[in-house]
Amino acid sequence: MYETVIGLEVHVQLKTRTKAFCGCLNEFGSGANTRTCPVCLGFPGSLPVLNEMAFEHGMKVALALNCQIQNFTKFDRKNYFYPDLPKNYQISQYDLPLALDGGLKIKINPSATLRIDGERSRTIKDKEKTIPVKRVHLEEDAGKLIHEGQDSLVDYNRAGVPLLEIVTEPMINSPDEAYEYLSELKAILKYLEVSDCDMEKGSLRCDANISLRLPGEKKLGTKTELKNMNSFKAVREALHYEIKRQAGILESGQRIIQETLLWDEALSRTVAMRSKEEAMDYRYFPEPDLPGFVLSEEKIRAVKDNLPELPQALKQRFIRDYGLSDYDVEILAQEKQVADYFEACFKVYPRAKSISNWLIGPISYELNSRNLDIQSLGLKPPELTALISFVDQEKISNLSAKEVLTERLNSKNTIEEIIKEKDLLQIRDSGELSAIIDAVLGANQKSVQDYLSGKTGAMMFLVGQAMRQSKGKANPKIAQEMLKERLKNA
Amino acid sequence: MPAEKPLYALTGLELLGLIKQKKTGIADILESQSLRTKAVEEKVKAFARFTDNTASGIPIAVKDNICIQGQPTTCASKILENFIPPYDATVIQRLKKAGFIIQGQTNMDEFAFGSSCENSAFFPTRNPWNPDCVPGGSSGGSAAAVAADEAIWALGSDTGGSIRQPASFCGVVGLKPTYGRVSRYGLIAFASSLDQIGPLTKDVRDSAYLTNIISGYDPNDSTSLNLPVGDYLKSLEKDIKGIKIGVPKEYFSLSGDGELEGLDREVKEAVREAIAQLRKLGAEVSEVSLPHTEYAVAVYYIVATAEASSNLARFDGVQYGLRVRSADNLIAMYKKTRQAGFGPEAKRRIILGTYVLSHGYYEAYYVRALKVRALIARDFTEVFKEYDCIVTPTSPTTAFRLGEKLENPLAMYLSDVYTISANLAGVPAISVPCGSSKAGLPIGLQITAKAFDEEMLFRVAYNYEQATLWHKMKPNL
Ligand SMILES: [Zn+2]
Repeated sequence: MYETVIGLEVHVQLKTRTKAFCGCLNEFGSGANTRTCPVCLGFPGSLPVLNEMAFEHGMKVALALNCQIQNFTKFDRKNYFYPDLPKNYQISQYDLPLALDGGLKIKINPSATLRIDGERSRTIKDKEKTIPVKRVHLEEDAGKLIHEGQDSLVDYNRAGVPLLEIVTEPMINSPDEAYEYLSELKAILKYLEVSDCDMEKGSLRCDANISLRLPGEKKLGTKTELKNMNSFKAVREALHYEIKRQAGILESGQRIIQETLLWDEALSRTVAMRSKEEAMDYRYFPEPDLPGFVLSEEKIRAVKDNLPELPQALKQRFIRDYGLSDYDVEILAQEKQVADYFEACFKVYPRAKSISNWLIGPISYELNSRNLDIQSLGLKPPELTALISFVDQEKISNLSAKEVLTERLNSKNTIEEIIKEKDLLQIRDSGELSAIIDAVLGANQKSVQDYLSGKTGAMMFLVGQAMRQSKGKANPKIAQEMLKERLKNA
Repeated sequence: MPAEKPLYALTGLELLGLIKQKKTGIADILESQSLRTKAVEEKVKAFARFTDNTASGIPIAVKDNICIQGQPTTCASKILENFIPPYDATVIQRLKKAGFIIQGQTNMDEFAFGSSCENSAFFPTRNPWNPDCVPGGSSGGSAAAVAADEAIWALGSDTGGSIRQPASFCGVVGLKPTYGRVSRYGLIAFASSLDQIGPLTKDVRDSAYLTNIISGYDPNDSTSLNLPVGDYLKSLEKDIKGIKIGVPKEYFSLSGDGELEGLDREVKEAVREAIAQLRKLGAEVSEVSLPHTEYAVAVYYIVATAEASSNLARFDGVQYGLRVRSADNLIAMYKKTRQAGFGPEAKRRIILGTYVLSHGYYEAYYVRALKVRALIARDFTEVFKEYDCIVTPTSPTTAFRLGEKLENPLAMYLSDVYTISANLAGVPAISVPCGSSKAGLPIGLQITAKAFDEEMLFRVAYNYEQATLWHKMKPNL
């Protein structure tokens, strides 16, 4: 068996008002080349001016990844010719990047997180690993090529959008670790509100390099680079595929060729990008249009002090303050919005477990089936807690409540209106229930006898009958109590 | 009496004075200038093109590498023949705001690569003092236009002497401001860390006046500095008694080496006399040392070409300018376009710059050059701790003949030996007329001051100018 060695290079588009080096709006969906100016088109004579917000976003990410922000930083030009690159060089950072030497803690057994229910054992949870982050640097994005028949067109709306490149050391040892690293990184970026992290839209891109070596071997094997993976799942699959492919080559005594491979999602395989990869010489040199600058300790501290709560701190706090299980917290904390929503609910209705169950269960179901996030669902936290309290007070059944939720999301009616309209309030009144109990006892003598002869399971059948009789409105708990009471006296 | 001269022969401030006194109007000035241009432009060929102006204002000529909205701006290159900038350079905005109109764009060495104006893709410009001689370069068109009284004043750009050397060759005043004093936004870059826009004028007062207009912080240029701009005209009022002037010994020990020329005897004499004049005016002159001077040309041609190779990468036929359409794939299009669009000197510098940045050579050439550049800058810092300015020749020779150095790039490069250091150190320097050779060609005196002390330059230059008559000389056209 071989040891797998993976390094990841993630590019995230930063969410800023304007582009990295000009005043054009950093937004998508507008017509081709409408978000451009002489600077981001690289017109002769134009000059870049650094967007401070983009830089500050970069600092936030670097600090959240425990990187060392460099006191002196500068930009460099990466020179290569391509039509999507207006100046034929990219403003990037080479030898003095924004930050170096960080790390991101991940759980080493991620599949367990998903599969083992509520009471995961502590020993599994405690297996953690820190993936070293080598560097974080700021650069500009390129435009987009559009091929139409014989012609190639360029849309420069994306050119000059701020990109943050986050590079790990090659110290990830499995596709699952890679997946977990990416999920954890994405959560952090979302908590920092610096990026949409939408892989489908390209606001988060991931390249991987991978090599195999025999256990105990110190030297790294020949690596291949994987590109064109459009989801974290695709990253994991591509890595799995590449491990098998490389292992096969090594088993047969052949050598790995260092090359760039593209992941073909449809065929579930990697394909070589070009038969012979030319060794690129980017001729990096300091960008003379942007003087390097010194970052003061105060500035770094100010950004650090203003960092929002990050996923791991939030998870610990939720466990501590709300008494929630690891499992619940893991899910609630996946999206910052959901965690915030939980807290908004808790403020008006301090029953953490009920809220958590509802968010993880029915709400999550509705979000998935409607393909919405919690903010666009249009359900205010007090509405949800009102519904939960109906259930908690046993005024309506759990099943009815889910129906109410769906109805509420489909219509504009309030929770209360829907419950009333659908006549879902449970019958708690003993007089009304009494008649139903009488009828059930009368019609099911066999079960009554079974119960009295010690077959306690018969009770459930009787309760079920009572529910049926009441068209689901009987409060099952009260019905059971009344049945027991009657049969005790029988 | 200025009024006895034709209007075109007056300085900018003389004309502004007459307008203020209502003794003349813009229309008269424009007409006088137009007649002058018709009479001499055929001989001088200073302009790449003239502007059809609808607006009225004080005319100024601008080097063809400063972007003017809606006007072709070509850097005298075929690759930008059809390029029309969608915006005004910051200096153009400032000039327009101050009531100027652009009368035309002046010829230059392609992309400012050269010291003779012969590397223009259009035609060579002639020296108004002798049509067989070059006007210098790369701002040769601007210098010749001012010297020939075709323009009242002009803007040029200076990367290694491109304002001062042609000013010296044509007998006008040329200033390279401190790096960061004038915005580079809209100046089509040659070497971004060295380029600076500056004025070419008939005298020092005009230079001070124009510099005040174009100077100042520009948020669109991250290399422009947010420091207050002095009142340069006011700085002319002070005398130079007690001012400390350094004369670097290295600049006078330049020896002839085979076909490479040393310091011309006539130039040396003229500068010695100028120094004597400065002494007479009360300045204290002593010899100083700029020990790293001998490395300046080598360092310059590494740093400048490295930056140029990257700056010129954008001229690829994709978005604007020339595109050779016969190519059947992208790489072929790049190659054919750049092959057809760039002249030989541009190609030479792109290749040189690409080479010094290449893997395996970067450390040996580029990184080392940056280290020596820092030493050259330190030489100046050291001298300016004790001295107010440095006085040297602007160029080792007077204007040379057309074609004389065209086949010998190294000889051409060495003609910038005295001007290059100021760009590498980022300090301001001015060239003022200080003599005439037996052949009747002008000689220039270069004054260099510490960063952002343009006031000192103007003060010394003006005091010298007022004590001599060199700036009054006119070519016989
Ligand atoms: Zn833009």
